[in-house]
Amino acid sequence: MLLFLVAVGLTLIFGVLKVVNFSHGAFYMFGAYFAMTAYQLTGSFALAILVGAAGTAILGLIFERVFMSRVYGRDVLMQLLVCYAFVLIFDDVVRMIWGPEFKSMGMPAAFQVPPLFIAGGVVPPYYLLLIGVALAAAVVLGLGLARSRIGKVIRAAAHNPGMVSALGINTGLIYGGVFALGGMLAGLAGALAAPVRSLTPGMGFSVLIESFIVTVIGGMGSILGALIGALLIGLIRSFGSLGFPLFTEGLMYLFMVIVLVSRPTGLFGKEVA
Amino acid sequence: MTRTRKPGISRRSTLALMGAGAVTFAAPWVARAEAKTIKIGMPTILSGRVAQLGTSSRNAVMLEVEKVNAAGGLAGRQIEMVIRDSKGQPQEAARIARELVNTDGCEMLLDGEASSGSFAVHEVARDLGVLCIHTCSEASSLTADPKQHIPNAFRCVRQGIHDSIVGAGYAAGIAKTKGLKKWATCSPDYAYGRDTTGEFVLYLKKFAPDVEVISESWPKLFQPDYTEVVTKILQAKPQALYSCLWGGDLTSYIDQANIYALFTQMEVFAVNMADYTALTVVKNLPKGIHSGDRYIKTFPATPENAAWGDAYKAKYNEYPTNWSWQNATAVMFLNEAVKKANSTDGKKVAEVLTGLTIKCPFGADGTVTMRADDRTLVGYAIGWGTTIPQEPYVPDVKAGDWKTIFELEAEWKKSKGYT
Repeated sequence: MLLFLVAVGLTLIFGVLKVVNFSHGAFYMFGAYFAMTAYQLTGSFALAILVGAAGTAILGLIFERVFMSRVYGRDVLMQLLVCYAFVLIFDDVVRMIWGPEFKSMGMPAAFQVPPLFIAGGVVPPYYLLLIGVALAAAVVLGLGLARSRIGKVIRAAAHNPGMVSALGINTGLIYGGVFALGGMLAGLAGALAAPVRSLTPGMGFSVLIESFIVTVIGGMGSILGALIGALLIGLIRSFGSLGFPLFTEGLMYLFMVIVLVSRPTGLFGKEVA
Repeated sequence: MTRTRKPGISRRSTLALMGAGAVTFAAPWVARAEAKTIKIGMPTILSGRVAQLGTSSRNAVMLEVEKVNAAGGLAGRQIEMVIRDSKGQPQEAARIARELVNTDGCEMLLDGEASSGSFAVHEVARDLGVLCIHTCSEASSLTADPKQHIPNAFRCVRQGIHDSIVGAGYAAGIAKTKGLKKWATCSPDYAYGRDTTGEFVLYLKKFAPDVEVISESWPKLFQPDYTEVVTKILQAKPQALYSCLWGGDLTSYIDQANIYALFTQMEVFAVNMADYTALTVVKNLPKGIHSGDRYIKTFPATPENAAWGDAYKAKYNEYPTNWSWQNATAVMFLNEAVKKANSTDGKKVAEVLTGLTIKCPFGADGTVTMRADDRTLVGYAIGWGTTIPQEPYVPDVKAGDWKTIFELEAEWKKSKGYT
């Protein structure tokens, strides 16, 4: 479910801005570190999540306005280079502020309870929270994009930015907003991951690779695709580790290859006109 | 205008140039011969995921070097450490080691590399003939394999095979008393994880023949999410779990396994748990995880060891790591060997180091020995115990028996074709 939050941010940014945001993992990392610091200072888990999400949203907005907005429409290689440079820079920034050693935030007392046994499976209550947050994010994003006025403007901007701009809408603001939203979703995932994962500089990278697989399987730009893709990857990992313990990683990529061969745009991707 | 001298270089200036050149090129050699200071080079890992261990190695070396220098230095020469970052890359470690000797004029090397890099530095030592002490690589073959033997290289580090023998002996004892027959393993999927787990299981079955491994998991190194590994182990329902996950991977695993209440459902043996880097980071450390000692200031329970751990903490504001005590011991060995040889000449020091026993806070009986036949460290404190969530973290460590270790190590060497 955390994978879904990271992947949906990635897919949103790609869908609207047509940029493959290679530095997306860094926002996940910042979300986790912001949350840890806020949790240590205040002791409030809710506030920690809020700080993690809001902090990365602001960071995303600044990053988009100052750097990414300069490379829209440029060569893909140029965009990748800028993003990759910032992967390295952000890692070093984290190293300077929080140190190179790994850190742990610790599980809030409210969730230090025995797991639930549902239909023969073991389900920790904290993971129910993760599932709830991710589903809520999926519903809000899905409905927001489909029904609200802002959603319509965003979709219009994705299709024809020139026309949207001509209608007197500030496309720069829309782009910045979408990037901030994408960053916020990654930061939210990082903040929610902080209690159960160790925090190190560079922690975003492995998550980034898996979210790319999720978005490719689900279809670049599709929110439903990201949700289904994340679920499929989770299932493949679980069953893979039982059936093919030495080939779990390989199975993920194999599945991606099968999807790409049979449906080059991904499961829910639309043909590019 | 008349020329006062012919164009080109005059004889006088040629001589001056030659003289200057000779002085320039000879200067380092003259300086080196007369140098009051002795330079010791050290490649180690100061950036990347294991930077914390490299930094703790450097800290321990500097702590000991300051003591040696304050007491007059090595045979009257003050030590100057030249420490460089290899970023954990073997080719970089080899390049730096060569440069430290050839360009910086280092007369000895402390090799603070992990296993991959230490084999590369070992080849440099073989080529240059410089005195080299490996201080971090636990890979048994580095000194067990006779192909690696050179008279100028030593290993001042605990060894994988020693850990496996002691760990399996301890685990077998508990398995017998508690009737733990069904075991699962969960270790990182690379050479260290697979070798160490294989050796542990081999000796566990030797000491407790009715043990059966019913589930194996090999998460990849630095994997962020262990959900599928945790649920797989829970479904296999083993009575005990062995893991050699380490550092951030181990703490991450504990956090995730904790919310599945895994630690209440089986006995857990995690060889790398009792290291301050992991112990102090985990916020909700479950009680009763069995672990090998890495560095802990309460084992051996001597005032010397406690004082050393406290002095380190006072200076660097954190506790030492497993790499720290090994590096400190290497400097202690050098100091003693130079005193005995009354010289800083690499060859003479190497001769004295071979088979040398010194007093040391980390010795099982207060001393450690650089075993003569394979130039590796023996007699260090090694043991297993159970963890508690606060200091002293491992209140009661059961020491391993060196006699048994020697016997089984000799058998293992024979089975590998090393002797």
